[in-house]
Amino acid sequence: MSRIHIECEINGDDAEFLCDADESLLDALRDEVGLTGAKEGCGTGDCGACSIILNGNLICACLAFAPEAQGGVIETVEGMADEEQLHPLQTAFLEHAALQCGVCTPGFLIASKSLLERNPDPTETEVRYAIAGNLCRCTGYDKIVRAVLAAAQEMKQNPMKGDRL
Amino acid sequence: MEYSLPQSVEEALSTLNSESNATVFAGATDLIPQLRGGRSEPRLLVDLKNIPSLVDLGFSNGTWKIGAATPVARIKNNAKLTKIFPGLSESSGLIGSDQIQNRASLGGNLCTASPGADTVPSLMVNDALVVIASKTGSRTIPVNEVITGPGTTSLDTGEFIIEFLLEQPPSRTSDAYERFIPRTEMDIAVVDAAARISLDERGHCQEARVAIGAAAPTVIRVPEAEEILHGKKINDEILAEVMEVASTACNPINDKRGTVEYRRQVAGVLVKRVILLAEKRALDKRENK
Repeated sequence: MSRIHIECEINGDDAEFLCDADESLLDALRDEVGLTGAKEGCGTGDCGACSIILNGNLICACLAFAPEAQGGVIETVEGMADEEQLHPLQTAFLEHAALQCGVCTPGFLIASKSLLERNPDPTETEVRYAIAGNLCRCTGYDKIVRAVLAAAQEMKQNPMKGDRL
Repeated sequence: MEYSLPQSVEEALSTLNSESNATVFAGATDLIPQLRGGRSEPRLLVDLKNIPSLVDLGFSNGTWKIGAATPVARIKNNAKLTKIFPGLSESSGLIGSDQIQNRASLGGNLCTASPGADTVPSLMVNDALVVIASKTGSRTIPVNEVITGPGTTSLDTGEFIIEFLLEQPPSRTSDAYERFIPRTEMDIAVVDAAARISLDERGHCQEARVAIGAAAPTVIRVPEAEEILHGKKINDEILAEVMEVASTACNPINDKRGTVEYRRQVAGVLVKRVILLAEKRALDKRENK
């Protein structure tokens, strides 16, 4: 079986990789491209640990086929920081202790980033609905919600921060 | 396995004609877990998302067209469509998380043919028509003729859904949808129900349509309940009768989500709620523009 050659943009850079027809986009990102930020929690779209943004839409990378990335634009957690400068969401997660084991964190960061791009000033309820597709078994969610709300305020006051992606 | 990305309905049909063991998909949110579980082993994956008519959503000549592969997030987020079909919009917004709603489609939800498919009761009460691509030409059938049992449809090998057609409802008409799960989000229906109510000038029920999901092998319409409501002013007495026939019309299973008795009872309660909500909405928009 011949492998499929995919060309796309990942975190602002041109990228290419080979994949099988039925390979998940998550496996391709992790095993072919070497971006291991997105995690496989459940492999069925329930946990959100593999959340990425494909062509502007938040999706579970485990529930997309790798060939669907052809010509597409992908954003993963690896693209959130600007060199040493963390994204305001990343800073807020650290400051609010919004992570413990960290496995779910890349998914929460990407889901939160997707939310703030669509809704820069969300209510607590809106934050909770926006991260409903992401499971965390450590924090109890409260600190994550507070971190996202704090990051939204920070980004409103310093709009330059976090606009890189 | 091979992957194919046809650019037109014709190209997709000819691709499907060349390989009998092929699976079409849109969001793949049901397909990928099936492949992983070994429940499906196709030789060819046909991605329908590059065919313009399948990812379209719009209104013309009195009819709403929703492409079969259009992500349900676009239904939920379309303010105009949501105003006309609030129940359909709500059911679209209850399919999994944002991540899932950005991929899952009406075509996929219907063709997976789960008894608890979230969007199907709303499609049924709005008498949606389904346009099916077939090598002998396209054909249009009512949505309630698609699902034939749990996981099975009336579509032949090599056929797929192009789009859903929903006629603009008359004035003083609205729909509503309710799903019962033990939490507010991210679960599969124990029972769900949709209703669409048209009121006459006196506020009496001119036409009623009621559908129940997850309480029989397929989503069902409940014509007995619709008949009771016809021409009446909706009140507690009428609703008690409707709840009774709705519960009786169900043919549910016992499983971890609920017992037969429980599902019958919840079905009656949900039917009452969606009728009252649809009636209230119909009253609120007497001028349905």
